[in-house]
Amino acid sequence: MNKVQNNKAWFLVLPVFLLVAFSAVIPLMTVVNYSVQDIFDQNNAYFVGLEWYQEVLSDPRLQDSLARQFLYSGTVLLIEVPLGICVALMMPTRGWTASLSLIVLALPLLIPWNVVGTIWQIFARSDIGLLGYVINGLGIDYNYTSNPVDAWITVLLMDVWHWTSLIALLCYSGLRAIPDAYYQAARIDRASSWAIFRFIQLPKLQGVLIIGVLLRFMDSFMIYTEPFVLTGGGPGNSTTFLSQTLTKMAIGQFDIGPAAAFSIIYFLIVLLVSWLFFTTITHLDKDKVKEQSHD
Amino acid sequence: MAEIHLKALAHSYSDNPQSSADYAIHEMEHVWHQGGAYALLGPSGCGKSTLLNIISGLIKPSHGSVLFDGVEVNEVATQDRNIAQVFQFPVIYDSMTVYDNLAFPLRNMKVAKDKIDSKVKEVANTLDLTDILHRKASNLSADAKQKISMGRGLVRDDVSAILFDEPLTVIDPNLKWKLRRQLKQIHERYNITMVYVTHDQLEASTFADKIALMYQGKIVQFGTPRELFENPNHTFVGYFIGSPGMNFLSVEKQQTNSGTQFSFDGIALPLDNNQKAVLSNSSSSNLKVGIRPEFIQLSAAEHPDSLPCEVIHTEDLGTYKIVTVLMGQQELKIRLGEEQQPPTKTAYATFPSQWMKIYIDEYLVDNNSGDTGDE
Repeated sequence: MNKVQNNKAWFLVLPVFLLVAFSAVIPLMTVVNYSVQDIFDQNNAYFVGLEWYQEVLSDPRLQDSLARQFLYSGTVLLIEVPLGICVALMMPTRGWTASLSLIVLALPLLIPWNVVGTIWQIFARSDIGLLGYVINGLGIDYNYTSNPVDAWITVLLMDVWHWTSLIALLCYSGLRAIPDAYYQAARIDRASSWAIFRFIQLPKLQGVLIIGVLLRFMDSFMIYTEPFVLTGGGPGNSTTFLSQTLTKMAIGQFDIGPAAAFSIIYFLIVLLVSWLFFTTITHLDKDKVKEQSHD
Repeated sequence: MAEIHLKALAHSYSDNPQSSADYAIHEMEHVWHQGGAYALLGPSGCGKSTLLNIISGLIKPSHGSVLFDGVEVNEVATQDRNIAQVFQFPVIYDSMTVYDNLAFPLRNMKVAKDKIDSKVKEVANTLDLTDILHRKASNLSADAKQKISMGRGLVRDDVSAILFDEPLTVIDPNLKWKLRRQLKQIHERYNITMVYVTHDQLEASTFADKIALMYQGKIVQFGTPRELFENPNHTFVGYFIGSPGMNFLSVEKQQTNSGTQFSFDGIALPLDNNQKAVLSNSSSSNLKVGIRPEFIQLSAAEHPDSLPCEVIHTEDLGTYKIVTVLMGQQELKIRLGEEQQPPTKTAYATFPSQWMKIYIDEYLVDNNSGDTGDE
């Protein structure tokens, strides 16, 4: 078959090309550009190569907040994913209670980040906040503005409150998609509830869980607004996560070079970890087959 | 071992059934004997899957009872009923290998490990799954998956009946035949009662010794494929079984010089005296005569007792031909062997009286005794 060469077709892709260029490529390249230069003023910019990257990677302030960030995202995932699955399993499947629980679960997702921060900032205060007051009333010394552990717990609690619904709703939809025949076959095979969960529900939830885990990882890894409103990163630096450190560096101190270098590293970390999650989960099955075919 | 007895069984999905339309299963009495291969045949929505799910306990019947070997099991949960069920779409445990899938029911029953191993290997051997035992079940073809779901029933020693709910729906046509034969072999080997739900008469008659034909929530006939073909005891059976289905002619009583005649569109049918007597004795106005397309003889020349008709069209299906003829206002299907040359325009059809069946109010009336046919 002879294909007709018509180079005018390239013009048809031009709008998309421009759109992608302006929305993603050019801004990213600007950051790359800053990250390899030391700029004093408009006429004095020096190419410094990877110097900013080296400096940033050896900066203890950034190392600390990176460690905090990983600890935070890891904890968030470890709490929210199992909790979300549990909630989804317990949700009613039909009738008005099903609709009601869907609405109630969707509510936290509709609240803007800084409003969530404000809600918890007030809710957890030990003088006027319901939660803080009750905890202190029980004889437990709790103050998120002065105690780092309390601050951490509060930030985590806030994230769990805000985002567990997302996992629960995703899993709920995944569970509804399992045909009845699976449960019927499992009953005939005398499977226990645990076996039904382990061998039917969990494998069938794999697809939605990939999405859930990725979304929650990326979101929590980039968290800024909520802890900023709640604790301002304190007490000390205990709840200062990566994006806040970055903002301080870029806008507070106007260290554009290191901040740009750090942005690139930050971006690559998110990309790398997301890729790791994705490939691990999707290859989970195939690996098992390989193992067994070798014995 | 199990004989499954459906005693005065009826089922309605509505909580408060009023009319007969509220019933998915009308009250019935039926026995599936131990070791039989049965088919439950019927069109979509006739209640056959409901009936199957009642037997397996996935649905609790609203009326009557299910007895296994004489013991009522209405309140016995599915998992305690000693039955296995194969569903329309293969159900396999995706994350497991074929081996683990087959071993799953035994592991749930805490069977000893070496016993599991020997049983799984035996069943895999029967089902030709040995080569793929250690492969992941999720990546297999539909027919292999369906064999796995069947195998999970076969590994259990306590299973005395396997219920199949249209198990070959998603299987490629060329594999259907193979799998059906395999099912038959398994039946012979394991002496298990098998009930096979299908809407395909070919599937039913190749698999089953006896077919229960369901229509509108009732088993209208239970018999061998041959009985269903030769003596359909309801017009629906005649219409549903056979390809094409039975021809039915609505007849009216007429008095003529030569005595009582039964005719349609002014054409008198050559019925024998018994048949005429049966029809004469009925007070119903719903009188039908049925004859299978296979039993009508067609020729270009006139014979005594033959009736003239006009050939509308002929379909050549390779091994046989279906000729559609117009007799009076009535279209009739006639099936001819491949060697027979159908007439082109005017033809003469002969109706052997032994193959003409009398239906009063849609039910078969036995020509000889005057009784209704066997239920």
